[in-house]
Amino acid sequence: MRQRYIAVRVESDQMVEERDFYDAIWASILRLFGEYGASQTEFGLVEFNPKKSQAILRCSHKALDLVKASTVAVTEIGNGKATVHVLLVSGTLKSLRRKLLGRRKG
Amino acid sequence: MKFLTDLHLCPRIGRIDQAKKLIEKSSELGYNAMGISFDLRVMQREVQELRDACNTFDVDLVTRANLTPINTVGLLKNLSNLRRKFEVIAVVCSSKAVARQAAKDRRVDILSFPSTDTRKRFFDSAEAELASRGTASVEIDIAPLLCLQGSQRIRLLSYLRKETRVASKYDVPIILSSGADNANLLRTPEEYAYLSYLFGLDFPDAMRGFSENPQSIVNRNRKRLNSSYIAPGVYLVRRGKDCPDV
Repeated sequence: MRQRYIAVRVESDQMVEERDFYDAIWASILRLFGEYGASQTEFGLVEFNPKKSQAILRCSHKALDLVKASTVAVTEIGNGKATVHVLLVSGTLKSLRRKLLGRRKG
Repeated sequence: MKFLTDLHLCPRIGRIDQAKKLIEKSSELGYNAMGISFDLRVMQREVQELRDACNTFDVDLVTRANLTPINTVGLLKNLSNLRRKFEVIAVVCSSKAVARQAAKDRRVDILSFPSTDTRKRFFDSAEAELASRGTASVEIDIAPLLCLQGSQRIRLLSYLRKETRVASKYDVPIILSSGADNANLLRTPEEYAYLSYLFGLDFPDAMRGFSENPQSIVNRNRKRLNSSYIAPGVYLVRRGKDCPDV
């Protein structure tokens, strides 16, 4: 199964915990697409960096639109208001990291 | 690079500080122009203050009036009073008669429908046919999709899906706007386009809703509001002493 990797940036007034972030994305997928839709995403959290407020998500390439819509629909993480911005999407983790690095330098 | 416009930021009336925050955030998110809905009795000082704020962040301010007439007489009266004062005129249709009149009238740029009361969303085939003969576009605010929950969001999505299908069938341009009243609801145009997947609008069409479609309205109206404009295709080139002796 082909995968897609999505780099996201989290904006929140308070410190975001990895578990809360993961739960917020899952809850958004479930709210918008239900359990059947969620079962098709093969969603996973690859990496979470609280210092940079960045994370890398993984999903099935067929469910990319679904996961992107659910990610940007997040308005709360934990008990605080939050926004999740999609930075980049790539087919491999290696190329995603390379693009992220290029983005930081550029 | 695309010129990206969010035609509907709605800070609370009189809250200049809040409006400035929205402008700053929108500029950060990559918008080049933004429409702010002003109170109809707006003070010129307020507009100038926001224009200055927009200049600071290098974005273009589009003045917009949201008309909320209760009947067609009220709509026509509002249009004749306000058309030349604002760059964009949107009509929030609260009844079918107002919606039909607004779709026919070439002074109306945008047809808008309440997000929370889906019984008042009158954008059907008849409305779309009238709009396609005129100049009106249909507007979809995305922020309510982020705020609403449960059955309200389900109902709204269902209506939006129907409306986008009807608009495409009759070639009525779709304007996507944030409709945000606070910075937490602001997203990049691309992110709003991802959300439009929920009501079946594909990515290129959604991006057109933030770029070409709103920009064509703004350009058309700025030409019309220019003092040298007389009629479509007719402009005043010289006046008074500038005219050569014949």
